[in-house]
Amino acid sequence: MPVQELFGQPLKAVNVGLESFAVSLEDQGIAVAHVDWRPPLEGYVELTHTRSGVDIESVNIGAIERICKGRPLLVGMGIARDVIPGMGERMILHAGPPIGWDRMCGPMRGAVMGAAVYEGWAANYTEAAEMAAAGAFEFDPCHHHHAVGPMAGIISPSMPVFMVRNETFGNVTYATQNEGLGKVLRYGAYGDAVLAHLKWMEQDLYPALVRALKLTGPIDLRSLIAQALHMGDEVHNRNRAATSLLFRQLAPAILQTSSNEIALKVLKFIDSNDHFFLNLSMPAVKSMLEVAEGTEGCTLLTVMARNGTDFGIRVASMPDRWFIAPAPIVQGLWLPGFSEKDANPDIGDSAITETGGVGGFAMAAAPAIVKFVGGDSSLALSVTQEMYQITAGEHEFFTAPVLNFRGTPLGIDVRKVMATGILPFINTGIAHKEPGVGMVGAGLVRAPKKCFEDAFKALRELAYQ
Amino acid sequence: MITKTAIKSGEYYDSVTLLQVAQGLLELTGVKDAAVVMGTPANKGLLETGNLLTPEAEAASPDDLIIAVRAVDATAAAAALTEAEALMKASRQAPAGSSGMAAPPKTVAAAVERLGGAANIVLISVAGRYAAGVAREALQRGLHVFLFSDNVAVEDEIALKTLAREKGLLVMGPDAGTAIINNVALGFANVVPHGPVGVVAASGTGLQAVTCYMPREEVGITQAIGVGGRDLKSEVGGIMMLEGLRALQADPATHVILLVSKPPSPDVAEKVLAQVRLSTKPTVVLFLGGDPAVIAQSGAIPAADMEEAAAVAAAVALGKNPADARINLRQREMSYKKRAAELRKRLAPGQRYFRGLFSGGTFCYETQLILRDMGIVVQSNAPVAKQLRMVDSNKSVGHVAVDLGEDEFTVGRLHPMIDPTLRNRRIVQEAKDPETAVIFLDVVIGYGSHEDPAGEAVKAIKEAQAVARGDGREVVFVASVCGTADDPQDLSTQEAKLEAAGVMVLPTNAAATRLAGHILDFGKG
Repeated sequence: MPVQELFGQPLKAVNVGLESFAVSLEDQGIAVAHVDWRPPLEGYVELTHTRSGVDIESVNIGAIERICKGRPLLVGMGIARDVIPGMGERMILHAGPPIGWDRMCGPMRGAVMGAAVYEGWAANYTEAAEMAAAGAFEFDPCHHHHAVGPMAGIISPSMPVFMVRNETFGNVTYATQNEGLGKVLRYGAYGDAVLAHLKWMEQDLYPALVRALKLTGPIDLRSLIAQALHMGDEVHNRNRAATSLLFRQLAPAILQTSSNEIALKVLKFIDSNDHFFLNLSMPAVKSMLEVAEGTEGCTLLTVMARNGTDFGIRVASMPDRWFIAPAPIVQGLWLPGFSEKDANPDIGDSAITETGGVGGFAMAAAPAIVKFVGGDSSLALSVTQEMYQITAGEHEFFTAPVLNFRGTPLGIDVRKVMATGILPFINTGIAHKEPGVGMVGAGLVRAPKKCFEDAFKALRELAYQ
Repeated sequence: MITKTAIKSGEYYDSVTLLQVAQGLLELTGVKDAAVVMGTPANKGLLETGNLLTPEAEAASPDDLIIAVRAVDATAAAAALTEAEALMKASRQAPAGSSGMAAPPKTVAAAVERLGGAANIVLISVAGRYAAGVAREALQRGLHVFLFSDNVAVEDEIALKTLAREKGLLVMGPDAGTAIINNVALGFANVVPHGPVGVVAASGTGLQAVTCYMPREEVGITQAIGVGGRDLKSEVGGIMMLEGLRALQADPATHVILLVSKPPSPDVAEKVLAQVRLSTKPTVVLFLGGDPAVIAQSGAIPAADMEEAAAVAAAVALGKNPADARINLRQREMSYKKRAAELRKRLAPGQRYFRGLFSGGTFCYETQLILRDMGIVVQSNAPVAKQLRMVDSNKSVGHVAVDLGEDEFTVGRLHPMIDPTLRNRRIVQEAKDPETAVIFLDVVIGYGSHEDPAGEAVKAIKEAQAVARGDGREVVFVASVCGTADDPQDLSTQEAKLEAAGVMVLPTNAAATRLAGHILDFGKG
């Protein structure tokens, strides 16, 4: 607004700094918005173009459009060794950035031990640990194989996996079937009961689902997630509505294609596991985000993932690099008998949901989630509102009714995180730090700032070298 | 005695909140000293000076928050650290009943959105090293900027003002304490009625003074644009003084223009006066301490001090002869001579010196110039000539004018316009000196200032009077209040408080200075 237009116009002021200045303006009857300002992160400078002159802002907006165009469909299932690209014979995929046995946290080690016995590579858990320590297994991040896994995120060759195809772009992503809550492999629990359950999932659940999916045809996960957001889910820690919607789609086909005995067991299992859909929301969002990978000049995150030791992020324009920092401790609600001192640092690939505009970023759509992660319902709203300030855009299909159906904040821009000092929020489950115990709570955590400072430094080097 | 430090990584609070927390800690029993600062090199220097720099504090990064306390024992120190956290937490607490929908915006973009996308100005008072970045974002969004922050690099100032000029926007500052836009007070400013005079000023208190003097002449203002003390230096080249001047020249509501600054560098003065010539609007120019002849040559009306500048501008606005305004002021000064002679009689032999304790930098400067012209040589921590610099600004020798708003007094504490503690202490200290004849004060009211600065000063004045009387002396107090009837503190209420305490209260700083000067005119007495 030119100076001449300012003169005589009612002032509408933004105040950054001393709050008393805002109070003085209010006292004079002036509309003022006071900014709860914090300094930029270390090393921030303005970054608008790449070295070759690419306008970063327009590249980012283009990436957002492509992400939203993606249409993830559940197209079928397969065995990991047969379908996951690059899956080796003695390979174990895990959550988060790369890590070896020596630095693995307790729950991830527990899950690895469980998987080794499950695969028949080790006779017992002690032997499994010894073999792992001796380098008998090859470890690789799920994210290096178009896969995602919640918590420990362990995928071994014999495990059945969902196959999610991004119909618009053709890329396929993978995730295992969700085991439910309690003593489960992904939380680092192992033992005969855990393995027996995995075997049941392999031998009964998986074939039943394969048969049903043949009948139903591909299931549109983007549409299902969009509906679930209007039913109080954010599809990270609240999947109750999405699981129910999926149940509605699958139940007739399961009944039609399985024996009564198996159908009853399978339907009871899905019905009793509120998190069943998590292992579909994750690969769905992953498949949408993947299309931004390799976009020159793009400063948006395509991955946030944790292995329980390190927290890692990946940036669209540098798709092969990880920027890591120690995984933070999650604050939240504790299951009876547990406390912060039992907690393992943040773990799991499930932060892919936040990266893709759901999960913590869509908490405004899921106020009931605070009963799981702590806080009051206003927290759910304010988390989403805060995240708009670090994203490049809003989701075209995922919307929050309480915000008048505004699209959820989508596309975490490293530049905006740096400029505002606002770190992405993640809501998440908490594993016990010892192997074999399982879940101890759930809560909220922010991504560590070092990841962003390092990624930004690399972006600047790319831009200015 | 024990020194303890707590480091909070990634915590950020504004400087006023931190100073208030530190103040809260000092009030605890057993706490001898406390500082709550961000871990910048400058702040570490401050901690070192106060013997509060522990190895932990030394290792802190600029975005770490350092809480440092020195206490009588470990228990008191630990209690203080706990209290610090409680105080900081309380400062963040959202008002009761607020919902998440009202969660405060954390960026300029989000705040603009909150205002329905229709903001037009951004006030910035974050630490200097961050201020330029926020200002740039505001300009890029097409918003005018009021930049209160100091310690902004001059390169940033030039870049910001150049960008603003391209976009037809104002950057008021950096280090601009004051502006009045559409009769709304921004920062440290006063409630001044609407009228025909537009002001552009390079100094904060200079702008406050002339705008406050105007209503006493029955005249109001259109706009008062503060451009920051560095604007008229060669490096910046008067970019915003020129932009402000052009805007007022083009503004149909402005009939008379008043420019206030210390003497600019000659090249900048030439540019400004050349721009003055381009308009037919009468323009009063005050280059405080500069040569009036150059101004007169350009067709502008020169003024010698802030009182005269306001009076002349008002006279022109009212269609009166500015020469008459000057004559009125001279006549008023004659009456001060008689009053001064009476007051001088109260002084004991040996009470010879002027002790000016200022909260406004331009008042301090103006007083030195006027006294110099009256033949009284005054030393200062912000002197009008290098050789007049005080050896130690904490110790008055001879005639002195101390600017308590200078960095040496404000690092790690609030400005004297907000926190009267330091000046109050100094008032009593000066009264103990048998050579002190006049204690001279500026009292600045309006938005931003303390809610009752006169009341606070009176507490110290009474104590000072008791001290002097105890020694068989009488100290003469002279003051002026910079403010208006519409300010929250109310001008006449503030003046009355001072008068009730026996203070000689004059309408302007210049008038008060002349009275004080005449009191000290022992030669003819």
